[in-house]
Amino acid sequence: MIRMNNREQRVAAIALLLFGAAASIPLLDEGYYLSLSVNIAMYAVLCTAWTLFSGPTHYISLATAAFFGIGTYSVGLGIDTLPFPLLLLIAALASGILAGLVGIATLRLSGVYFVIFTLGLAELVRQVVTWLQVKFLGAVGLYVFTDLAEKHIFWMLLALAAVVFITGWLVNRSRLGFAMRIIGNDETVARHVGIDVARAKVILFVISGAFIGITGAILAPRFAYVEPPSAFNPVISFQVVIMALLGGTGRLWAPLLGVIPFTILFDRISASFPNHTSLLIGVTFMAIVYFLPRGVMGLFEDIRARKDKTRPVAAGVAEAAE
Amino acid sequence: MDILITGTVLGGTYALIALGLTLQYGVARIMNLANGENLVLACFCAFWLYTAASINPIIGIALIAPVAFVLNWAIYAYAMKPLVDRAKNRGQLEIDSILATFGLMFIMQGVMLLVFGGEYFSYNFLSEPVRILGENYGLNRIVALGAAVVIAVALYVFLYRTRYGTAVRAVSVSPSSASLVAIDVPRMSAFAFALGGALTAAGGALLSTFYTFNASMGVIFTMKALIIVIMGGVGDVRGAVLAALLLGLAETAVASLIDPGLTLAATYTLFILVLLFRPQGIFGRQTA
Repeated sequence: MIRMNNREQRVAAIALLLFGAAASIPLLDEGYYLSLSVNIAMYAVLCTAWTLFSGPTHYISLATAAFFGIGTYSVGLGIDTLPFPLLLLIAALASGILAGLVGIATLRLSGVYFVIFTLGLAELVRQVVTWLQVKFLGAVGLYVFTDLAEKHIFWMLLALAAVVFITGWLVNRSRLGFAMRIIGNDETVARHVGIDVARAKVILFVISGAFIGITGAILAPRFAYVEPPSAFNPVISFQVVIMALLGGTGRLWAPLLGVIPFTILFDRISASFPNHTSLLIGVTFMAIVYFLPRGVMGLFEDIRARKDKTRPVAAGVAEAAE
Repeated sequence: MDILITGTVLGGTYALIALGLTLQYGVARIMNLANGENLVLACFCAFWLYTAASINPIIGIALIAPVAFVLNWAIYAYAMKPLVDRAKNRGQLEIDSILATFGLMFIMQGVMLLVFGGEYFSYNFLSEPVRILGENYGLNRIVALGAAVVIAVALYVFLYRTRYGTAVRAVSVSPSSASLVAIDVPRMSAFAFALGGALTAAGGALLSTFYTFNASMGVIFTMKALIIVIMGGVGDVRGAVLAALLLGLAETAVASLIDPGLTLAATYTLFILVLLFRPQGIFGRQTA
């Protein structure tokens, strides 16, 4: 049995409360706010899964849209013949395998190769899927009709978020997590103490990719009609990177600090100024690089550090005055 | 034969974009992901010059390239220099520059979308056919290839036969050693970044004479240029040209023999082969 210390028990209790509160949202509203909550929950899972890999390794992965699309397609292709839970499993396997292949090809080399490779990955998979569909199925689109309503999708996403958080927590405590922290701090050191750096990175990338695939699968019933350009929409990859970096990648829950404000902002902007969304993305990227290099989380930590620094000094001054 | 010529023309244009990028990444150490937007902007400028002022795009390059040079110098001086000064090591600079140029990419794309909308643009320039070995080709493509060759040769002569060009190459090999022999590294970096931008813009102006373009296609070109740079070896001019031609040929072959929708698959197949067997580039030397 895994033992938790006092602090961890407290965090777990707060997390349970928050999850409970979130899970009751569909009981209050089934319209706009639920739809917004589904978006937030979706990006929360995507960003947390992204951070699982990119946080410790500092590799910027733009493969999210590829895994997401594969998940959506697994459901689109199998919904008429196989039960939904099995399709989620297939989605996880398919995107996990893709992540493994990409990882083996690129993660032995420097981070730049990885960024470039993932930059076009969604587009590549989209081209291949379109070609296969035209060639063997004759049509490009797929219909996904299920009994799942928006609220069921929301609850599934929440459950998945919980699984991602627990996985992240377990990985952190494991040998793999320890190895990743050493790799993140100094890769040369990691190699010298006998860590198989490439293997550790590939494993983590597979875990992260599989979760993103499941998210895509859960969202498939919401689209109702699945076709390559919407399933493999490259903007998702960039949005995930932005939100995660905006929140911060130092902790597993830090991306949430970016996901919630950015999703709401993006929703507002795309509702009233649909042509300004790329400007918003661009400006946010710039703001992160120049003003928030460690995200909102880093900002909080800086403020706390400053407080901690001033307090003993103030106490010292008070003592000297006495 | 058709594949060979069409592929070479495409490869020639890719070569200019990739040369621009290899200068920016190899010398200035900035992975400029907004380079494709730079290219698209040049396409629009050439279009605008031709339709509004009826200036021949080939002559238009003489206007567009210097403007792109100044613009990219400004981008380097105001946006990238702070990152270079801030970065503790090369990895940090790489991540920062990737994110910052992503921002630049989306901003440029957003502005172009607002100004020109999402439609496709093209114009008729020298679209009469010429016969080469019994097949018909657009004269604009052949002219574009010729101009690309002239520009690439000029760049080669500059880099390998002049003092200034040698200094640029020295920075690409080792910035710290270059400063020991009295080369002004920050100035050279800014110069290389600006020159890279100008080359890419020239490539864009040429591309616009025979290619249908729109405001959001930049990222595909950025990606192909990046892959060419990696294939050719970072900072290697000959490697980039060879890789660009290879890619142009492979894409044209796949598009005409299998399916036009699979060009990216061809690109990636080449990319994976290079990553697996020669990650240091086609002409690159093995490093430890």
